[in-house]
Amino acid sequence: MSKKQILFGLAFGAVVLCLPPFLKNYGVYMFTTWLIYVIATMGLNLTVGYAGQKSLGHAAFFGIGAYTVAILMKAGFSWWLGLPAAIALCFVLGVVLGFPALRVQTIYLAFATLGFNTAVWLVMRNEEWLTGGTFGLNGIARPEIFGYSLKDGLPYYYFVLAIAAIAMGLMWGLLRSPWGKAFQALRDNPIRAESLGIDTRNYTLLSFAIGAAYAGIAGVLFASLVDFIEPAPFAVGASIMMYLMVVVGGSGYFLGPLIGALVGMVVPDWIRDVFPILSNWYLPLFGGTVVLMMIWLPDGLMSLPDRIRAKRESKLASAKRADAKSEMAAVMGEQK
Amino acid sequence: MTDFLQLVFSGFATGSIYALAALGFTLLWQAAGTINFAQGEFVMLPAFMMLALLSYGAPLPVAFALTALISTVVLGWAFKKSVVDPLFKYGMMQIVVASIGLSIVMKNAMRAGYSAEAHPFPSLFSDSLFNVAGVTISTGDVGTLVCALLVVFATQAFLAKTVTGRAMQAVAQNTESAAVLGINVPKMIFYTFAINAVLACVAAILVTPVYLAKFDMGDSLGTKAFFAAIIGGFNNSRGALLGGLIVGVSENLAAAYISPAYKDAVALVVFMVVILFRPQGLLGKREERKV
Repeated sequence: MSKKQILFGLAFGAVVLCLPPFLKNYGVYMFTTWLIYVIATMGLNLTVGYAGQKSLGHAAFFGIGAYTVAILMKAGFSWWLGLPAAIALCFVLGVVLGFPALRVQTIYLAFATLGFNTAVWLVMRNEEWLTGGTFGLNGIARPEIFGYSLKDGLPYYYFVLAIAAIAMGLMWGLLRSPWGKAFQALRDNPIRAESLGIDTRNYTLLSFAIGAAYAGIAGVLFASLVDFIEPAPFAVGASIMMYLMVVVGGSGYFLGPLIGALVGMVVPDWIRDVFPILSNWYLPLFGGTVVLMMIWLPDGLMSLPDRIRAKRESKLASAKRADAKSEMAAVMGEQK
Repeated sequence: MTDFLQLVFSGFATGSIYALAALGFTLLWQAAGTINFAQGEFVMLPAFMMLALLSYGAPLPVAFALTALISTVVLGWAFKKSVVDPLFKYGMMQIVVASIGLSIVMKNAMRAGYSAEAHPFPSLFSDSLFNVAGVTISTGDVGTLVCALLVVFATQAFLAKTVTGRAMQAVAQNTESAAVLGINVPKMIFYTFAINAVLACVAAILVTPVYLAKFDMGDSLGTKAFFAAIIGGFNNSRGALLGGLIVGVSENLAAAYISPAYKDAVALVVFMVVILFRPQGLLGKREERKV
């Protein structure tokens, strides 16, 4: 890591640790939402950005996580049981969703996962006995930790921050391990990866399952944050948004989700709050930005520094070439 | 039994509209390797354009003709020039993401700039019912089915019988050889985009009286058209028709006999079965993976 990166990391840590106490309730709420979507899109970034799979069904896992904890808590179980249960359920369903990926690729896979999301959403909407249907489930309490209640906004924010930090640390470790390299091999050239002895089948399924588990964690945190869940935030549109967040942030960049979730979730909320007139125009603007980004910056915002560096280097190189050329010309002239 | 026949028939009518949108999908995919996620919005925009023209007093046929013309320019030419051409070198997923972005733009700009309400749309056909051997059939369904089938068959005849159509197919099958044979490849690809835009307009005029004109009317239409295209076979334009009809009919039957709440999941189930057992689609040809 370079000095610049360490400095940047410290400054970033200082902001997320020290800024929220100075914010109003709504600001803290938005920071918490942001971290929750960072966890969710980090999982999607593994599936899409590192392992090269296509998934337009991520919000389904987000929803399954949220509903699992809500239903379990309704039945009288503790939040601390709901969290692992949600993670486990999402992991298993992630493996199941991975199976179509063994048969079909790219756009077929995108639509298969999109269909999965529709199915999950229909269950949430229609099975009133379980999910409350369109009325949703309310009264999802926030957990206690060592007897200390996380009911208020700020303590809950720090709790989510801690979980996000753990999740990021685990992801960092995973990506640096041989597993992480195997995921990237799967993305870059699946047939060659297979011929090198990587079990592409297992890694495909795992990339979906781990991604789904991250969405599950985020879903649990989300349910406790908003205290009331209904099917809308888990519909296909939300999955598409999450996919765009990964792409806009920079798919396959570790820190991409931080920016993606900021642009996709927090900025629109902030605009709604500060410039209500513009709020309807944020989505068209966001969509337009995505189109333009695909044309000019297809690797996402995180690739911007690389881009600038590459441009500067090529400019330097061409300047050097020009110098060398004129020097050559001068030398040739002397010889004559 | 008569109930069943009635359901099948009205399913055909809906399915034929899916087939129209699905046909546009497969044509774009074959000729330009483009998956258009905004296909549903390509139907929504013409619907509103026709409504606007109607409100200025234009009769429906005139409104349709004008809309088809404008769509060819905007949704055909401009879409190809501004989004597909610059992205073509990057590959399919880039175009997919850009078209997702485009669909968000179209949908939400329509909502923010015009209206979030559903607007009624005049039907081409009178709203009468008649009886054939005990089966009640509505003129709207018959008209929709006949119109949609005519357009699908006309498109296919154009592709199979005319010189231009065959040149377009040649481009779709092997762009390089087509270029070597002196076919104007960019022009043929543009024709495909133009046909897609016109098909979307036809779908708009047939579907909007039933679905009503609304900013998000394209959501389910686009997805189902896509499912229909894959079920039928993505590299075969006859597949789009078959897939569309299968989706339309099975949806209707499931809504009546299984559960109306899960109607939207039917296309998905058929789709999953097809990609698990025959990923190339019912009428499609298998494509090999390459290193």
